[in-house]
Amino acid sequence: MAGPQHVGAAILAVDELDPLIVALRDDGYRVVGPTVRDGAIVHADLESAADLPRGWTDEQGPGTYRARPTDGDARFSYAVGPSSPKRELFPPRQRLWTATSDSDASFQVVEEARESPRIAFLGLRGCELAAIRIQDRVFLRGSYQDEVYAANRSDTLLIAVECGSPAGTCFCASMGTGPRVDDGADLILTELLDGDPRFLVRVGSDAGAALLERLAYRDATAADLDAREQVVTAAAERMGRTLDVDGLPDLLMDNLDHPRWDAVADRCLACANCTLVCPTCFCSTIEDTTDLRGQTAHRDRRWDSCFGLEFSHATPASIRTSTKARYRQWMTHKLATWVEQFGTSGCVGCGRCITWCPVGIDITEEAAAIRRASDPTSADLPVPPTGARR
Amino acid sequence: MTTLELPSRGELTGRPYQVSTVRHQTHDVVTIDVRPEQDPIAFQPGQFDMVYVYGVGEAAISISSDPATPGLLSHTIRAVGWVTKALNQLQPGATIAIRGPYGRPWPLEQASGHDLVIVAGGIGLAPVRPAIVQALRQRERFGRVVLLVGARSPRDLVFRDDLEVWNADRGIDVHATVDSAVRGWTGHVGVVTTLIPRVPFDPENAVVLACGPEVMMRATARSMQARGVPAERIHVTLERNMKCGVGTCGHCQLGPLFLCRDGPVFAWPEVAGLLEVREL
Repeated sequence: MAGPQHVGAAILAVDELDPLIVALRDDGYRVVGPTVRDGAIVHADLESAADLPRGWTDEQGPGTYRARPTDGDARFSYAVGPSSPKRELFPPRQRLWTATSDSDASFQVVEEARESPRIAFLGLRGCELAAIRIQDRVFLRGSYQDEVYAANRSDTLLIAVECGSPAGTCFCASMGTGPRVDDGADLILTELLDGDPRFLVRVGSDAGAALLERLAYRDATAADLDAREQVVTAAAERMGRTLDVDGLPDLLMDNLDHPRWDAVADRCLACANCTLVCPTCFCSTIEDTTDLRGQTAHRDRRWDSCFGLEFSHATPASIRTSTKARYRQWMTHKLATWVEQFGTSGCVGCGRCITWCPVGIDITEEAAAIRRASDPTSADLPVPPTGARR
Repeated sequence: MTTLELPSRGELTGRPYQVSTVRHQTHDVVTIDVRPEQDPIAFQPGQFDMVYVYGVGEAAISISSDPATPGLLSHTIRAVGWVTKALNQLQPGATIAIRGPYGRPWPLEQASGHDLVIVAGGIGLAPVRPAIVQALRQRERFGRVVLLVGARSPRDLVFRDDLEVWNADRGIDVHATVDSAVRGWTGHVGVVTTLIPRVPFDPENAVVLACGPEVMMRATARSMQARGVPAERIHVTLERNMKCGVGTCGHCQLGPLFLCRDGPVFAWPEVAGLLEVREL
């Protein structure tokens, strides 16, 4: 069967973003992409290209985030905001089913109709595509598929925009998830700001090719490809953070009693912000409720966090009572045990957990501290008091 | 590229079962026998179900009945939380919803040709009961079959009827012990691990199944190894809070393990190191 012809790299003028969004909406997609709301660049439903954060950027550091207008005209000159595609694919709260009862003894379960929403994600970064691939493994590649996630994921279109403006908390280059994107999306865009503002477009699927054919594009030139190369190369060099992942799972699991866990626990508020903004954290809990007369019962699933005391509830008491144990669970899961469970790190290097931590705890610094303390050649070894040398 | 198959097997909704009998085991433990309203589903000894009580919630409960009769399913439940308290108050005729069975079963195949030594503490007899029943049915496959049962006091012993029936005549060597005796108790007094050095079995040729509080299983593994049982032939079943049963809610993690998906039955070397870490 002859599919749409794949083109090489193409160039879209900035004006073509609006037809792109219109085309997707005509096809019945919700277009979810970046927009400025409540002082942050978040993922929300876009109606037109006018909703994009044109002329905005973000500044991020440990415990700090500012969305800020610039003199520029770019639509994608920011890193990542607090929300991620997880919010759509694995929503914070999902109804699993409803049951009705008209007697004390019996009840009937009414299955939720699971519609597959058509969602086109616009503006996904390399780290966010990686996060989707990781949650795909968690929810779809095990012995059982998760019905809710599968329904939300089954009719999605992924349009990436390579990141040209990493934040101070970013380390995707260390995790190998970005800023460069070469596959894993239907279309891969790069915003080029040299000369005439424009987008380089590469096609990642038949659906992406068909979409591009509906837009006014020209073929890309060698100069366009060079310009893209400069954008991603420069971005890779501007990572605010690095994480040495060499042997990291064993390093952490060999240091479960390291004093550094006590030090970080002294700062950690166990507030769960990091798990809520993390694009891969998947833990959930169940809430069963009834109406006042007991005739209808609901079963909902909502995000949970390993930072809660209830999370490890057991008889007679919770297992992880200390903040130390809860931070250690989160970080070792993310960077170590996740690899054994799912064949990939649970961290994509997006830096959200650093930015949105109220006290600015930095996962890269915590990992580095344990590495330094475990390295016998480290310069951080305690230095004898100067008097001892006399 | 983003086309995905929808799941073929739904695991969010339980199937309806009707309560046929409620048997009181102790002051806070009942065994609930249920029959499916649809075709029964086969299970293996050591597996568990997610059991839902209307409007209250769901709990992970081991199956305690005979795997040969999946149409009559038993769960033995101690009332400790909202759901288990509601389960303990169910009456015959009530409907509950069950999804499962889940988890890795006891390695009875691996025990074939060996002495089989089962150690149970308190309600820990429930998850090993299907293994005992199956082993007795296939008695010729095993060497000695030994059951060591411990409880806090005589009134906390569960499955007392079974303990009286399972005996030397049935080819099983049953030893019961209590932590503290009362008038009329003529059996052993002391924690269950004190029985391990004194009962007859061939340690080098034994397979051990242990279920009870974590501290009891640790002590059992230690005593069994001291007697010469290879660590990899000691199996324990672990328990933690579970919401999903299929390895996606994250609650039952122990290091890299999801107890629901990778267990709940583990060979001792798989978990020994992890259990030594406080609050892991």
